[in-house]
Amino acid sequence: MSNSTVNVAEAPPGIEGAGFFATSLDNLVGLARANSLWPLPFATSCCGIEFMSTMASHYDIGRFGAERLSFSARQADVLMVMGTISKKMAPVVKQVYLQMAEPRWVLSVGACACSGGIFDTYSVLQGIDRIIPVDVYVPGCPPRPEQILDGFMQIQELAKNESTRRRNEPEYKALLASYGIE
Amino acid sequence: MENQQITDALVAQFGADAVYGVTESHGILQFTTGVENIVPMFHFLYAHPVFKFQFLTDLAGIHFPDAKGQELGVIYHLHSLENNVRLMMKAYAPIEAPHFPTITGLFATANWMEREAFDFYGIIFDGHPNLTRILNMDEMDYHPMRKEYPLEDATRHDKIDELFGR
Amino acid sequence: MSEVALVNNPNVGLDKTQKGGPYVNELSTLNLGPTHPATHGIFQNILTMDGETIVDSEQTVGYIHRAFEKIAERRPFYQITTLTDRMNYCSAPINNMGWHMTVEKLLGIEVPKRAQYMRVIMMELARLTDHIVCNSILAVDTGALTGFLYVYQWREFIYEIYEEMCGARLTTNMGRFGGMERDFTPVAIEKIKKLLKELPAALKEFEGMVMRNRIFMDRTQNVGGISAERALNYGFTGPNLRAAGVDYDVRALNPYSSYEDFEFDVPVGTKGDTYDRFLVREEEMWQSLRIIQQAIDNLPEGPYHADAPHYYLPPKQEVYKNMEALIYHFKIVMGEIDAPVGEVYHSVEGGNGELGFYLVSDGGRTPYRLKFRRPGYIYYQAFPEMIKGTSLSDAIVTMSSMNVIAGELDT
Repeated sequence: MSNSTVNVAEAPPGIEGAGFFATSLDNLVGLARANSLWPLPFATSCCGIEFMSTMASHYDIGRFGAERLSFSARQADVLMVMGTISKKMAPVVKQVYLQMAEPRWVLSVGACACSGGIFDTYSVLQGIDRIIPVDVYVPGCPPRPEQILDGFMQIQELAKNESTRRRNEPEYKALLASYGIE
Repeated sequence: MENQQITDALVAQFGADAVYGVTESHGILQFTTGVENIVPMFHFLYAHPVFKFQFLTDLAGIHFPDAKGQELGVIYHLHSLENNVRLMMKAYAPIEAPHFPTITGLFATANWMEREAFDFYGIIFDGHPNLTRILNMDEMDYHPMRKEYPLEDATRHDKIDELFGR
Repeated sequence: MSEVALVNNPNVGLDKTQKGGPYVNELSTLNLGPTHPATHGIFQNILTMDGETIVDSEQTVGYIHRAFEKIAERRPFYQITTLTDRMNYCSAPINNMGWHMTVEKLLGIEVPKRAQYMRVIMMELARLTDHIVCNSILAVDTGALTGFLYVYQWREFIYEIYEEMCGARLTTNMGRFGGMERDFTPVAIEKIKKLLKELPAALKEFEGMVMRNRIFMDRTQNVGGISAERALNYGFTGPNLRAAGVDYDVRALNPYSSYEDFEFDVPVGTKGDTYDRFLVREEEMWQSLRIIQQAIDNLPEGPYHADAPHYYLPPKQEVYKNMEALIYHFKIVMGEIDAPVGEVYHSVEGGNGELGFYLVSDGGRTPYRLKFRRPGYIYYQAFPEMIKGTSLSDAIVTMSSMNVIAGELDT
């Protein structure tokens, strides 16, 4: 079926010829990474149910390359923390983050993961950015699936435009050191 | 089966001073008793041929800091499914020695309910198989639902009272 | 035998009960959770296993303890509704309505018939969403992903109905003390009628795929069973208890909100195993559709909220024109209206069983004590007994069929 509103994505800047396309390695790697991000759905509470809606056929996160959910941290690219993280759970989140292999991104979904949400109590961690570095925050209680997809697309933008050397640079290492991660 | 029947049977079995503070809240009988009567009363109500209170709906702890000598309380919600009658039994103990007998021998469901009351209020259930914290972190050294403790995390440094004009 | 001989011997490890064999009676510990693809929510099970069989297990809960009961002591009554949303978040309207009914009992507010019927419709829709999730995820845990994708579309449709009524999909905060916040819009009624017409076909499709599927039946029959006596002793309520054979349904035994006007059956199982729980939930979905049909056909005319100006916010047009309405609005929002002193216990039939609210009020604007009787917390205690002697895959399927929701488990 033809649909005139479908747009073909922009190719990265490069030199085109008959049967070849030359571009920089960063662009190529970024394109590959951005369109095949495997999420680790760290769903703890209500936002997890909205994630299930995002995964189901109506909102379909599989369109964005996240078809294969990886519950094994080693094989995951994006840690999607969805739901309240209590202080009892915080070491588990940190452990899972440490087990992920570089490059890794963190998407904090929902008000509870971003800042503790409506639970300003003695048992709730007031935001996961107290223990791990977060790339994109998706506010909402719970955020609609469209918002979660928007956050995911922002992670895709980050992945596409990231330099392949970023993870070895001193700024990144300083960021990890500020969280106590080697 | 009327609430008065239950009160009368309990008074007949345990004496008039074991059953006090009898009220009715929207049809549910409520009464208070002493800590030492809890287990015998439970067995009596469970085995009674007519009443058959064989379902423990809930067990709630409560803290009244102003009631000297009776600060910590436990409220038991019983339900007789065959007669469709509910019952609330309350008992109180002083905060220095909040000992209650466990009813896990009779109701397996009381296991986690009592652990939760211990976790939140520090109520000690004698004879409980595993009286440890269940919902809060094991390292926590206070019982958070008591009235003197605040809701918010005491160690937080960015949402301090000064910023909110408190 | 030397070490080398053990390593090279092809029979090593095959017969563990072999006399003198190296692996006799070795128990291993397996940690299931707290983050695990098959646990629906975060709770931890430490399993002691003898090979593939589970010998014992220990549960750790509290990984999402958010101190609801402590928060409730600091919030006015109408703000606690948002907390109740987040307990059993798969069926939030039931929690909301249960809380509203508890407070109405305390305040002595009589809810008009139309509002009661509207509440029944929203609660049964919520029960549908809860059971759709439980049954389809049970199928996913046995490997059947397609059923989940098919019925989830209908869950999205029910979300659209929620949005018509209250604006939110999941954490609905639906209704007010004394009734509902708005009447059924024509769009909402049209969507409910469309649901009643088209969901049966989708449910039949799901059942055709899963219910008499040989693989599903082999995975779920005689797995994770519990007898009626043990279930009652453990305080089971809801579909888990009814699957064991006891027909205790709060809607039938202690009817609330006009449930006595409706005709519905309470499905009961026989063996209390996973397959029975699946079937009971499936049949309850059909009964929910029946109740919604009766409610929407007989929806009475009248006001959608009680005449309780002290507790029900006046409409905004009145607030801007009428002095009395302005004063009531101010007093309600600023929490200057006190509640009567008293205690009340009210329970509703939630998606998982008897959801109870024990409210102790000392006359202030916030409760003195609010205890939530969460069915999930209570029946999860029985899990070690239910999985003793089964294999790990059976334990996963049992946990999935019990519908343990972490928000309800830990408050």
